Amino acid sequence: MWAILSIKVENKPGILFKVTHLFRSRNFNIDSISVGVTEDPKYSRMIITTIGDEKQISQIVKQLDKMIDTIEVRRLDENNTVYRELVMFKIKVSKPEDSMEINKMANAYGAKIHDAKKESIMVEITATPHQISAFEQLANKFGILQIARTGITALERSKH
Amino acid sequence: METMIGATALMKALEKEGVKEVFGLPGGANLPMYDELFKSNIRHILVRHEQSAAHMADGFGRVSRKPGVCFATSGPGATNLLTGIATAQADSSPMVAVTGQVPVKMIGRDAFQESDIIGMANPAVKYSYQPRTPEEIPQIVKQGFYIAETGRPGPVLLDIPKDVQQNEAKFTFPDEVRIPGYHPWTDPDIPSIEKAIELLLSSEKPIILAGGGVIISSAFAELQSIAEMLMIPVVTTFKGKGSFPENHPLSLGPIGMHGHAEANKIMTEADCVLAIGTRFSDRSVGTFEEFERNLKIIHMDVDPAEIGKNQTTSVAVVGDVQASLRILVKLLMKKASKKSDDSLWSKHVKEVKDYWRENLKIHPGEMGAAKILRKLREVLPKEAIVTTEVGQHQMWASLFYDVIQQGTFFSSTGLGTMGWGFPAAIGAKTARPNVPVVDIAGDGSFNMTENSLATSVLEDLPVIVFVMNNYTLGMVAQWQRTFYDRRMIGVDLKRCPDYVKLAESYGAQGIRAQSLDELEKAIKAGLSSDVATVIDIPIDPEEDVLPFVAPGTSLKDMILPS
Repeated sequence: MWAILSIKVENKPGILFKVTHLFRSRNFNIDSISVGVTEDPKYSRMIITTIGDEKQISQIVKQLDKMIDTIEVRRLDENNTVYRELVMFKIKVSKPEDSMEINKMANAYGAKIHDAKKESIMVEITATPHQISAFEQLANKFGILQIARTGITALERSKH
Repeated sequence: METMIGATALMKALEKEGVKEVFGLPGGANLPMYDELFKSNIRHILVRHEQSAAHMADGFGRVSRKPGVCFATSGPGATNLLTGIATAQADSSPMVAVTGQVPVKMIGRDAFQESDIIGMANPAVKYSYQPRTPEEIPQIVKQGFYIAETGRPGPVLLDIPKDVQQNEAKFTFPDEVRIPGYHPWTDPDIPSIEKAIELLLSSEKPIILAGGGVIISSAFAELQSIAEMLMIPVVTTFKGKGSFPENHPLSLGPIGMHGHAEANKIMTEADCVLAIGTRFSDRSVGTFEEFERNLKIIHMDVDPAEIGKNQTTSVAVVGDVQASLRILVKLLMKKASKKSDDSLWSKHVKEVKDYWRENLKIHPGEMGAAKILRKLREVLPKEAIVTTEVGQHQMWASLFYDVIQQGTFFSSTGLGTMGWGFPAAIGAKTARPNVPVVDIAGDGSFNMTENSLATSVLEDLPVIVFVMNNYTLGMVAQWQRTFYDRRMIGVDLKRCPDYVKLAESYGAQGIRAQSLDELEKAIKAGLSSDVATVIDIPIDPEEDVLPFVAPGTSLKDMILPS
C-alpha cells in the first residue's frame, strides 16, 4: 500500500536528518520525499510517500507524531489530494524525426521542452506518478539519458 | 536579566531543576562547566569511565524518578556515554547528559576530540540540544528536564560548545516550558476504560500483565486494588518485576524467555490480558503471532506509538497508567462487587502455581543459584534496592529473588547492557543513601565497570556487589551448550581476576563465600560496612537458567529443567 504523509515540522537545522533517521532505524521505506518552508517561515512541510501494509503505515504515523520536532503528521486521503512530481528527462535523439515525436509526446503530457540539441532533448514534466511512469515508458523508446526528480509534493483539497 | 558566562548559567539552571549531584569526568571541552561546578553547591561524583557516569545517572533516575545528570567532555568522553544513554532510552529512564563540544567555529573541521555526538546519539535519545549561543542555555535546560521526566521518560542530551560555555551574555531563566510538538499527557480515555472493564468482566480467564510503566508511574496501589477486586492473577514482564509484591497470593512472577514456569503457563492459557505499561518485548512474549492467538489484549500505555506496534489490541487505553488505573478502580467499584477466588480459573491458577512452586527442579548443590538468591532475599530487608548486571545471574534473580516491596528492583532489561548494574547501584545509593543497595552480578558483567569501585569507595557510596562467579560468560556458554553442540568459544574467563584482591586494591571489602553460612555472614558484613563490599560466590559453571523459552519460539514451548 502506498501512502502520502504530510508532516509539519519546526523549521530548524537537523530535522530532516531526524525524520529520515527514524525511517531507517524503524525499518520503514521512503518512496519519495520533498521538503520546503510553509506559509509560516517558522515551519517546514515534508511530503513523504511510503509503502507498507496498514499496520506499518499506522506505526510510521505514530512514530513520526511522537517526534518532538513534528507539529502535525497527517496521512493524506489520496482521493482528496492533489499530488504532483516534477521530473526532468534528458531523452536521446538518434535521428531527425525523433525530435518531432518527442515534441508531440511532450505536448500530449503538458510537458515543457528545454535545451533541444541535436543529440538530446531535455523535457520537464509535472504530473502524477502514474502519468510520469507512462511518459517514462514512452520516452524509453528513444532512450533516456538522465532523470532528475523532485519527489512528490501534495496538498489536500479544501472542504469549502 | 543577569550577566554571566554560559557555564554559570548552566549551573544555575541545573540548581533550579533541583540537581544536587552530577556524575562525570572532566576534559578539555567541559572545563568551563567544571570550573563553575567547583563554585556551585552541586556535588560532583567522579567516575573512572564515562559509561559508568551514564549508568549512575540512570540508576539515580530510576530510583528517584527525577533525571539523573551526567557530565562528559567532547569526543571520546561523549561517545563513552553513548552505551549508557542508549540503555536509558531502551528502559525509559529519565536522564540529562551534558557534554562539552569543540567551539562553534571548530565544529565540522575534525577538531581534536570532536565528535558529532548529536548525530551519533540521535536514535538513542528522547531529544537533544546543541546551543549555538549562551542565551539559549536556561531554556534548553528547562526543556531538557521537562522532556526527560514527563510522558514516557528518557534521556536528553545537551551538547554545549566550549565557547558557548565561556562567553558572557545576559540571561533570563524561564519558569515555564512551551514545546509545540510535545504533548506528553493525554487525559484518561474513559470510554476505552469502560470497554476494558466490560471485556475483563466478560472473560473467563483474565490475567494482568504488568510492565515497567507501572513502576515508572508508581501505580502500585492501583494495580494491587484491581487485582484484588477482580481476583485476577498477575504476571509481569521482567522490567515490570517488582510492580506487584511477589509474595502476594495472586503473583505468578515474570513471564518470558526465563519467566517463571507458572507465569508462562497461565499466560498462555488466559483469554484476556490487561497489559499495563508494557511494549510486548520479544523477550517477554516470545513470537508475536503465537502470543496474541486466542487472546484479547487490553493495552494501557502512555506512549501511543506502542499501541499496535508488536501486538494487535482489542482495547487501547492511551495515557499515564496510574491516571487510567485510578479511573478503572473507580468505575469497577461502581460496577462489580468484589469477586471471590472460587472460580474455576482462580482454582486452576492456584493449582498450577502451587505445583511449580513445589516441583520446579533446582540445582542440587549447596551453592546453586536458587539457594544463594533465596539466602540473599532472606537476609536483605524488604526495602533494599537491588540492581542486576546482564546474563545468567540476572535471569536467576528474576526467577529466585522475590521482590516484596514494589519498585526496589532495577535491571537493564531492554538494551541488556553488561556492566550496568554496579554503577546503577551507586546511582541508586546516591538517591537513597539510607537504604541498602545490592548489585546482583555475574563475573563477566562486573568486569566491565568494576573500576566504579573507586567511585563507590571514595565518594562514600557503599553498595554490595553480589558476584555469582562461574568464571564464565555464563549465558553465552549456556547457548553454546544448548544450540551449538558444546562448541565453547570465548566464554572461559579462567579465574581472572581474583575478586577479593580486586576489591581490596580499591579499598573495598572483599569476601569469598563458599557455603550458605559464609554467604549469610558476608551479606551481613556488607550491610554493616562503610565501604563497598564485593562478595565473590563461586558457583557451578555448568548450571543453566531454566525454564527457557528459546528465541523465536512461543511461551508454550518452554524448556523445563529435567
